[in-house]
Amino acid sequence: MNITFLLNGESVTLRDVDPTQSTLNWLRDTRGLTGTKEGCNEGDCGACTVMLRDADGARAVNACILFLGQLDGKSLTTVEALADGDALHPVQEALVEEHGSQCGFCTPGIAVSLATAHLNGDRAHDDVLAGNLCRCTGYAPIVRAAERAAEAPVPDAFAAAHALPDTDDTPMRPKTADALAQALMEHPHATLVAGATDVGLWSTKALRDIRPAIFLNGVADLKQVEFTDTHIHIGAGVSIEALRLLMLDHLPHFAEMLRRFASTQVRNVATIGGNIANGSPIGDGPPPLIALDAVLHLRRGDVRRQVALEDFFIDYGKQDRQPGEFVEAISVPRGPDNLRVYKLSKRFDQDISAVLGAFNIAVEDRKVATARIAFGGMAGTPKRATHVEDALIGQPWDLASVEAAAQAFAKDYTPMTDMRASADYRLRACQNMLIRCFHEGTGAKTSVLEVTS
Amino acid sequence: MSTGAPLPHDAAALHVTGAARYVDDIPLPANCLHLAFGLSEVARGVITHADLTKVREADGVVAVLTAADLPFENDVSPSIHDEPLLAQGEVFYHGQPIFLVVATSHLAARKAARLGQITIDPRPAILSIDDALAADSRFENGPVVWSRGDASTAMSAAPHIIEGSFEMGGQEHFYLEGQAALAVPQDDGDMLVNSSTQHPTEIQHKVAHAIGVPMHAVRVETRRMGGGFGGKESQGNALAVACAVAARQTGRPCKMRYDRDDDMVITGKRHDFRITYRAGVDDDGRLVALDVTQLARCGWAQDLSLPVADRAMLHADNAYFLSDVRIESHRLKTHTASATAFRGFGGPQGVFGIERIMDHIARARGLDPMDVRRVNYYRDGQTTHYGQEIQGFHIPAMTDALLQRADYAQRRAEVATFNAENPLLKKGLAFSPVKFGISFTLTHLNQAGALVHVYQDGSIQMNHGGTEMGQGLFQKVAQVAARSFGVPMELVKITATDTAKVPNTSATAASSGSDLNGMAVQKACLTIRARMAEHLAQIWQCTPAEITFADGQVHGPAQSVLFQEAAQMAYEARVSLSATGFYKTPEITWDRAKGQGRPFFYFAHGVALTEVVIDTLTGENRVLRTDILHDAGTSLNPALDIGQVEGGYVQGVGWLTTEELVWDDKGVLRTHAPSTYKIPACSDRPRIFNVDLWDQPNHEDTIFRSKAVGEPPFMLGISAWLALADAVAACGDGFHDMNAPATAEEVLSAVERVRDGD
Repeated sequence: MNITFLLNGESVTLRDVDPTQSTLNWLRDTRGLTGTKEGCNEGDCGACTVMLRDADGARAVNACILFLGQLDGKSLTTVEALADGDALHPVQEALVEEHGSQCGFCTPGIAVSLATAHLNGDRAHDDVLAGNLCRCTGYAPIVRAAERAAEAPVPDAFAAAHALPDTDDTPMRPKTADALAQALMEHPHATLVAGATDVGLWSTKALRDIRPAIFLNGVADLKQVEFTDTHIHIGAGVSIEALRLLMLDHLPHFAEMLRRFASTQVRNVATIGGNIANGSPIGDGPPPLIALDAVLHLRRGDVRRQVALEDFFIDYGKQDRQPGEFVEAISVPRGPDNLRVYKLSKRFDQDISAVLGAFNIAVEDRKVATARIAFGGMAGTPKRATHVEDALIGQPWDLASVEAAAQAFAKDYTPMTDMRASADYRLRACQNMLIRCFHEGTGAKTSVLEVTS
Repeated sequence: MSTGAPLPHDAAALHVTGAARYVDDIPLPANCLHLAFGLSEVARGVITHADLTKVREADGVVAVLTAADLPFENDVSPSIHDEPLLAQGEVFYHGQPIFLVVATSHLAARKAARLGQITIDPRPAILSIDDALAADSRFENGPVVWSRGDASTAMSAAPHIIEGSFEMGGQEHFYLEGQAALAVPQDDGDMLVNSSTQHPTEIQHKVAHAIGVPMHAVRVETRRMGGGFGGKESQGNALAVACAVAARQTGRPCKMRYDRDDDMVITGKRHDFRITYRAGVDDDGRLVALDVTQLARCGWAQDLSLPVADRAMLHADNAYFLSDVRIESHRLKTHTASATAFRGFGGPQGVFGIERIMDHIARARGLDPMDVRRVNYYRDGQTTHYGQEIQGFHIPAMTDALLQRADYAQRRAEVATFNAENPLLKKGLAFSPVKFGISFTLTHLNQAGALVHVYQDGSIQMNHGGTEMGQGLFQKVAQVAARSFGVPMELVKITATDTAKVPNTSATAASSGSDLNGMAVQKACLTIRARMAEHLAQIWQCTPAEITFADGQVHGPAQSVLFQEAAQMAYEARVSLSATGFYKTPEITWDRAKGQGRPFFYFAHGVALTEVVIDTLTGENRVLRTDILHDAGTSLNPALDIGQVEGGYVQGVGWLTTEELVWDDKGVLRTHAPSTYKIPACSDRPRIFNVDLWDQPNHEDTIFRSKAVGEPPFMLGISAWLALADAVAACGDGFHDMNAPATAEEVLSAVERVRDGD
């Protein structure tokens, strides 16, 4: 495959290159650009953060799980190109002045994350840095640096628009859903690479050869969002970050969970289609979408079908997807927003859920009219709590009924014990999440994230 | 004056531009090979067969080595030669290196390393503290016991007895830069090694033994590490030795770096402890008798476990006078990765033990935890349980100052109001002090050397045995050099730690870096300065004592010249402008067997107040505000010192909250990557974070009266755990009996215990 992109402003074309090579290794080993560091090689630490720009703007992404095939047509900026000669970028200058580096190993990634946020005018520093681990500073001076740099103007080199390179058409990097459908018919067992935040680890950690791989990030029609009177129709290629921004206005609780779905770098490339199609029992997308009664749109060649999202997950590691078939979109019914989503993980940011609960409960005349409840982390698949739903529907929406209904979670789920949580805790937590859901309606303080000293 | 100035880290501009070079960034010589270990998939067993055919046949593989292929010593232990580089017939933990792959790329080596077919006849694995106690599996013959007075008699006379037992987890270092080494063969069998290590001399020593040469044939260079925290005191030995052995065998440069998962599985972590206690107290909560047992899980090899466990015993008092005390320490041998040095080196476990006891006393007796602490504080002139006299004890005054500064009384009331008004969320507020002993407890390690050159243009090159891991040591010591010569910082060049320049160095550990190396560099500078002064005094017809070095100049009674000119004059007069410096810490003595002496030159102090909130439905929790006062003596660089305090505190909070190491029942570490092992992220830092230095000179004669600052602030994180316990206690009348780490799950369990009232 040929891949054309800009590297620190200069056009690069790689001919007949393995597109499943990691961008990080290529930068460091082939180009000698060693400023970008390998900290974990799985997208969790951010030491390899680089800036990726295209028509959608500038985004921070993890180079360790970014395949070369994903770079086509993009502009890639590494830490080496933040400064203009001897003139440091404002975030670099502020990091020096505020003592934001100690060992310095995480610092290039932090500088790139901050420079990207600075360019985008994003001042939610904690979210910007959620995917940049620092073991030395305790983060305080880094945030001080981010605040200090925020007022400085964007350097000319970043403010200027720049032309993106033209790219070749190739079957393994389709630009339309039709082309993707055709490519997948020809290579029904190809690895589909969207954001590579999961597939990347098959390569970097499991050391699997994922070829043949079809790269999806050029498929424009998978990134569309449409609103109809009854549904929001979300293309499978919509990134988690784009979905978050979309949901801020429609389903704010969903949006808040998506903020914690993963770090900025991961949300920027991970897609909702990938999150569903990989079938993980602990993916954060499916439970709220199941609670919302979302429908999945699948396509194989020219044949399209729809399946209720909850039915897509057959068993652990098994989904209702045929070889050659792909997820084209998800549609979510529109209606009053009763959705509450609770993510429980060891750490608030950039962590995989131990338990994720989604509650879509409508109350009329103080009684539960409808209830759809779905959880991740409680079974081998994302799964509804039908016993709890049945125990709630028709009952008064009061604490006693809710506490009684919560007991039914034990019928719905037999969770496991693992490194994230014990089975017992998982069950208690999901029962208590229903109780929290009730209290939230009473105006009681229910989130430690909203409390200050 | 250059010392005391809040200068940035010496490499800050290189860090932010990506130009700072770590081992993995060094441009490789042609033909360089890359290494990876094949690891044991069984915790304990006997290797019955090793089929490495597929490994040898894999793409890019140049050689595969097992224990039988090693030419000389098969050992990477920093202590008692019990840690083979490659397993010799038996395996003792899951993840133990069995064979070494030498290949043409890092990826090829990693891939091939997974192809080994090793048959292991499993044997019962001793994994937990209870397993080890049952099997009497331990280092040293039995428990170590130190005591003072008569705890047993005092206990029987005590008005109240408080007893308990609790556990604290270990901690993965999670230095952002993984372990790495590069060995390049030189003429005549010599070896040049670049290593990410806190202890270049140890690397030199182990490499020399492994390739059968004297130490003079091995040169180790370390410019910087991407974090160490104790995890690169001994854990880099295996990589450097592997590289050197493979480089010797192939005649080609060899590099090795662990993939993160391998790093977390292979290398040691902080020791997890169980502490059981029986405390006799009077009506005021004063400890009149204390019996403490510390059970440390040391892993399979001794490594540094004995001094770690010793330091835990030495810090069982923290800031409190223990009149009649007995401390029993068990160093348990288990079939898990060998626990190793980690910031605080046993101190945190000891300090956490007594702080938990203070908390338990207050809660059991219905006393204010502040009052219980204050009534037990040391006073100057008292002695510790190991016989060291307490002097310059700042903690009582620091406590008063911090509580006032942080509005403790008012916030205590506000927390109570919040808790009364909120059924689901509860706040907690808690204080903890730290008193940390400064010096290596192995007395002979308290020495350091330096090498300083002044060139004829007046530029100065400085070298010492300390290593830079992010703590800012190089800058602090450069500030000492600049002050010694009275010159601006720009004249002083910092250079990589190099065993060819300064020999026989100690690890940069025990917070000792600036104390030891600052003094050694100062001595070297003063030697050169004296020679320059003597020369100028002759020319200027004055006494050397009348010559001063300041403002970039050398001043006589009637003349001044630029330092650069003075250097040129001295050079032309054939005055030696190069000198070594050597320092050894005075006054320390230590009888480890008896547990008596003065192991520490002095103590560093700190106090912290932390406010948290918990969710009583899930146990989720958050640090809201932290106020700290920390004693760095007369700071050499307040910005760098505050950086150590902020970073140490957050790392300490991580240890006691989200950082949970989980092994399964086969001895497999399940948390071997940042996806499953959660160090604090940006938003986990305290929302309000006020850190100030307690600006009092060290009463001992340290470098410009400063104090060591690397480890002590780590223990201030204990205040966050105590605050969580305080919030839990607001849920009912029972005792929280909380363990660490206080994950959300552990907090919820504690809430339920408190509510159940048992």
